[in-house]
Amino acid sequence: MEYQSTLLRRARWRPWEFALWAAAFAVPLVFPSRALMVNEIAIVALFAMSLDLVLGYAGVVSLGHAAFFGFGAYTAALFAKHVMPDPAVGLAVAIVLSALLGALASLTILRGSDLTRLMVTLGTALLLLELANKLDWLTGGADGLQGVVMGPVLGRFEFDLYGQTAAWYSLAVMLLLFLLMRRLVHSPFGATLEAIRDNRLRAAAIGVPVVARLAVIYTVAAGIAGAAGALLAQTTGFASLDVLAFDRSADVLLMLVIGGVGWLYGGVAGAIVFKLLQDWLSSVTPQYWMFWIGLLLVLLVLVGRERLLRPWTWRRR
Amino acid sequence: MLTILFDGIAYGMLLFVLAVGLAVTLGLMNFINLAHGAFAMAGGYLTVFAMQKAGLPFLACLPLAFVATALAGALLERTLYRPMYAKPHLDQVLFSIGLAFMAVAGVDYFVGSSQQNVHLPGWLRGRTEIGEGALMLGMGHYRLFIIAVCALLAVALQLVLTRTRFGSRLRAAVDDPRVAAGLGINVNAVFLLTFATGSGLAGLGGALGAEILGLDPTFPLKYMIYFLIVVAVGGTSSITGPLAAALLLGIADVAGKYFIPKMGAFTVYLLMILILLYRPQGLFVRRGGR
Repeated sequence: MEYQSTLLRRARWRPWEFALWAAAFAVPLVFPSRALMVNEIAIVALFAMSLDLVLGYAGVVSLGHAAFFGFGAYTAALFAKHVMPDPAVGLAVAIVLSALLGALASLTILRGSDLTRLMVTLGTALLLLELANKLDWLTGGADGLQGVVMGPVLGRFEFDLYGQTAAWYSLAVMLLLFLLMRRLVHSPFGATLEAIRDNRLRAAAIGVPVVARLAVIYTVAAGIAGAAGALLAQTTGFASLDVLAFDRSADVLLMLVIGGVGWLYGGVAGAIVFKLLQDWLSSVTPQYWMFWIGLLLVLLVLVGRERLLRPWTWRRR
Repeated sequence: MLTILFDGIAYGMLLFVLAVGLAVTLGLMNFINLAHGAFAMAGGYLTVFAMQKAGLPFLACLPLAFVATALAGALLERTLYRPMYAKPHLDQVLFSIGLAFMAVAGVDYFVGSSQQNVHLPGWLRGRTEIGEGALMLGMGHYRLFIIAVCALLAVALQLVLTRTRFGSRLRAAVDDPRVAAGLGINVNAVFLLTFATGSGLAGLGGALGAEILGLDPTFPLKYMIYFLIVVAVGGTSSITGPLAAALLLGIADVAGKYFIPKMGAFTVYLLMILILLYRPQGLFVRRGGR
């Protein structure tokens, strides 16, 4: 009984979590001019959390998570353009198709060393990028997919120019998927994932079906990354090759690492810090943003990435 | 037909010289260095500037590119890379991506983002054609030169690795660093030397390849995937594995772009994923080892 309560304590809701979510929903109302920023942060935070499922909980190093993000974005944009402009249906379609792609791609990450996984994840993203570039009759190629007109959310709330609806829509989707992920990682299923991350061989020895677990979490993470991509395409009404680019995979990895790996709020914290930093740095030095991000990465690793955003661990050795 | 094969071989040889240093680093210290392309870029820019500003002849620039990037590699290994070996792969990936980003933005800042050209001497510009019809073999002199230089380097590397005392120390350290250290081999010194040589070779490859691959600040990111393919497919335990993988990649890439231009680099990525699905440890891996 005691053991169980220590396990369950991690899953309990803390007061600050309610406060955080309430604050997130209040920002677009209080500061309407910041609504677009909130929308962007919500989208990348969702994307970073989906990577956390793969990297932080299952221990698979992926350099190509943008594959699913971009696939979701293109799916949602194409669906809205050719089939139906309703955002909720488009989102569902994007999630399902991205998850299917993830299930297919999960075959590639089951075997081999870290290097092999790095290569196949990177390869998958590049493959999709190349495909989106070459199929220009469908995707618009290098010019991007234009002329996407979205309908109102749930048939009632029109997307406005200041992004208030967009921000609330993204936040609501993010909250729903967050609840799902939170339930997932604190379940026995999530515990077996952490066992696989810490020692794959021992996990297999105590009867954890390693291959099936990895395949399932990769599929789920792909679906959620697809949702994030779909949100981006729907709220901006645009999809371009940039959603599949290597920079996007690297950025999301950086965000997650800034916030802390293996902790769902790490994705949120990292996304907020990263976006504010990007906003500030690109107003100071618009061109050489890449240098600062590189420097940040190097320092982060040299200092120790676990400690940066958690000052209470600085004293401990 | 034969011309494509010839161009593919030249391209593959170039990739081999560029990537062989990465293979050894990865095999020796199990360190994933995504910033390897930055050394190649450094070699390329050094050559361009030595020729334009200092007026050095092309042939004199090649050894210069090798030595300068080797020294830079040794310096970085001593200061920045060494603490990274014991860290998890995620940290290594982040660290080296960060270095690559800094190199890209730094070159952009100091040199500008435009493409740089190497002015080849006259005797390397010509082209010889043998035979006719479908079997015609057209050989650019510069590509012939690349093949000759790279083949010489490959043979020299293989000889060093198999015939010298340093080579046997290196192989011992790759197979098992702890036991090698226990036998009195100074693994750190072996590694420093190997890292410097690998960086130098990348610099030389960058100098040689500036004409064929193109040289602009995004070079390290653009070719990162190619270097990694050579290493992942070729394995890290020999010289011949990466060589075969580089040749395969070079020929597949040139042929793929010639015969199915609509697919672009698609064929290469697909081929790589399929090969790694079939043999996750690479195509040419010695049994045993780790």
